[in-house]
Amino acid sequence: MKEENLYISPGPHIFSKESTPGLMKDVIIALVPAIFASIYFFKVKAFILLLVSIVSCVVFEAAIQFLMKRKIAISDCSAIVTGILFAMVMPPSLPIWVCILGCFVAIGLAKQLFGGLGFNIFNPALLARAFLAAAFPTFMTRWNHPLSLDAVTGATPLGLVKFSHNLDINYRDLFIGNVSGSLGETSALALVIGGLYLLIKKAIDWRIPLGYIGTVFIISFLTNLISPDIYAGGLFHILAGGLLIGAIFMATDPVTSPVTKTGRWVFGIGCGAVTMVIRLWSGLPEGVMYAILLMNALMPLLNRMTRPRRYGT
Amino acid sequence: MYNIDTMSKGTFNGGVFLSERKEYTVDKKTKAIPAPREIILPLSQHIGSPNEPLVKPGDNVKLGQRIGESKSPVSAPVHSPVSGRVKSIQDFSNPIYRKTPAVVIENDGNDESVELVKRENPEELSKQELIRIIRDAGVVGLGGATFPTHIKLNVPGKIDTLIINGAECEPYLTCDHRLMIEKTNEILNGIYLLARILEVSNIFLAIEDNKLSAIFAMEKAIRERIKKFSRSKGHMPVQIVVLKAKYPQGGENQLIKAILKKEVLPGKFPTDMGIVVQNVGTCFAIYQAAYEGKPLIERCVTFTGGCLKEPGNFIVRFGTLLKDAIEFCGGFRERPAKIIIGGPMMGIAQYSLDIPTVKGVTGVIFLSKRELKFFEESTCIRCARCVDVCPVNLVPTEIMRMVKYSRWHYLDKLHPGDCIECGACAYACASKVPLVQYIKLAKLKEAKKK
Repeated sequence: MKEENLYISPGPHIFSKESTPGLMKDVIIALVPAIFASIYFFKVKAFILLLVSIVSCVVFEAAIQFLMKRKIAISDCSAIVTGILFAMVMPPSLPIWVCILGCFVAIGLAKQLFGGLGFNIFNPALLARAFLAAAFPTFMTRWNHPLSLDAVTGATPLGLVKFSHNLDINYRDLFIGNVSGSLGETSALALVIGGLYLLIKKAIDWRIPLGYIGTVFIISFLTNLISPDIYAGGLFHILAGGLLIGAIFMATDPVTSPVTKTGRWVFGIGCGAVTMVIRLWSGLPEGVMYAILLMNALMPLLNRMTRPRRYGT
Repeated sequence: MYNIDTMSKGTFNGGVFLSERKEYTVDKKTKAIPAPREIILPLSQHIGSPNEPLVKPGDNVKLGQRIGESKSPVSAPVHSPVSGRVKSIQDFSNPIYRKTPAVVIENDGNDESVELVKRENPEELSKQELIRIIRDAGVVGLGGATFPTHIKLNVPGKIDTLIINGAECEPYLTCDHRLMIEKTNEILNGIYLLARILEVSNIFLAIEDNKLSAIFAMEKAIRERIKKFSRSKGHMPVQIVVLKAKYPQGGENQLIKAILKKEVLPGKFPTDMGIVVQNVGTCFAIYQAAYEGKPLIERCVTFTGGCLKEPGNFIVRFGTLLKDAIEFCGGFRERPAKIIIGGPMMGIAQYSLDIPTVKGVTGVIFLSKRELKFFEESTCIRCARCVDVCPVNLVPTEIMRMVKYSRWHYLDKLHPGDCIECGACAYACASKVPLVQYIKLAKLKEAKKK
């Protein structure tokens, strides 16, 4: 027989089923419970923000890739993930135009300007949130009551504890998500379900969330032990604010977290420590965003400092 | 008896779990493929110095006659697998190395053999005598590396541990598995000869837990042997080690890590630590050389893949072209789109079927287009799958970045030279980046610097 048209390639000749779009889709699936929770608690406001955010992220991604003469790669689903995560960390009453501006910062500034997927140093959704927090502080601190949607209450559970020392905490509401806060951060239950899914699918490394949440728990447990009148306990700090969405979905973003196992431990613990320093002793009630962004910046250094032991030494 | 499910199995760090695909051939008894009318025998079938021909066109050769040899010590002679007439000596493609000179022999079909020296008790021979027999028979590492075996047996310094490699961690391949079932006692004899030569105090036989039948067969034979002979006759027990089926378990360093929990130091060899690793196929070849006086002229090869009508394990004489061998296995069910010599992880894709089998061919995989997957490389998202699977603690993604952007001076601290080229990183990569190729490039660059 004639044997022309044989494929030639170097080994390996077989490949794992994992792929970048597959990993992104896993994250999207894991976010579904939190999406439902946010729509349940913040109704149509949540729905509109999510929709606008996803659509504008995908559109910005395609447009910028087109303008920069890059390959249009919206099929890798990473823009959708950024869109969902960005909406998840926005207050429900955010004006639509601010949301679109934020998406532009996330995709254009934080991601494509650095070279696109895989090259960004900072988590795009969080960098965009930091930008909005600096540019539009009033919009970014206007919280709604869940379910009733009474606008402009002012305080999240973290704010209440920090500024009014109101330690009368309803843990059930906190766990379910029936408190004011950003769209996707309030329901610990929904986030934990998504996190378990990601862990089972091995889409994220358990070291980062465990290091992060564990550090937050230990620090808040100890400070609560020392002065229980001022500081809330360990469980409160885990359930309140953006800690769970940060630890499960933001800090574990592979692009902006270290690749080594030791590096991931340090990264997670560092995130936890910075978060608690901000939460307990700074002028802000919440520190997850800045903690993760700060550790993002340290990622290349962590990679270099925590290389695995050379085999045989 | 072993309770495979509950026992703790040795293993190494990292690695990947592959779908085995061994079911095509694992139950197929080995069959000998008759020698074709024409044999194209590459003169050098080992790693080391190339052989010079000992025959010239027109010569008559007998089966087992030495026809290629080198004076340099790191080499292994080749022998004619048939009797007949030398037609020519010409450059010919080789499945593993580049084009090498090959002897074309017209097979007369008589299999007229040179006189083979049968030995009843080769273990009574001296150490040097045994090493000479192994060298003269052209025995090389049959796991695929084809390093001349006698060199490994003649090292300065004390060797105290012998590890026999029956791991066969590459998917599809079953030739070692079948050999352990069908040639159990012969392999055991070969192992004891090795133990006699090296004067070791520990012998381990490493088999992955997906080869139960091989484990049972070997275990039974070992127990019978112990009953029959006393320890004083040099028959120390061969300890079977059941290893987790994980790629690349059959790598020398990975075996040592799994069995002895030791790591071979960078730049060192197992022999520096008093350890010699030999493949089960090599043990069988040693048995044949010492007991039957038969040089290495054929080996067990797994012919497999979805394209073959009758995949199986075959004893193939070296120099048999793939196209001749295929005819014997009933030909193709469908056109192959890719032909791989070796396993699917480290094997080499072939251009044509006009390729002779040589000592290093463990298997030939014929894949149809349906069995192939095509991917486009996308950018690394630092998911670190490659870091998790690397058996030698490298950070492939960083090496890849440094190579891609030509930052050669950063490579010093990333030790690409430690890479065993198993390809687990490229297999696991979510972005389908050919990581192992980038690391090979880094290795080349490092080697040039020195």
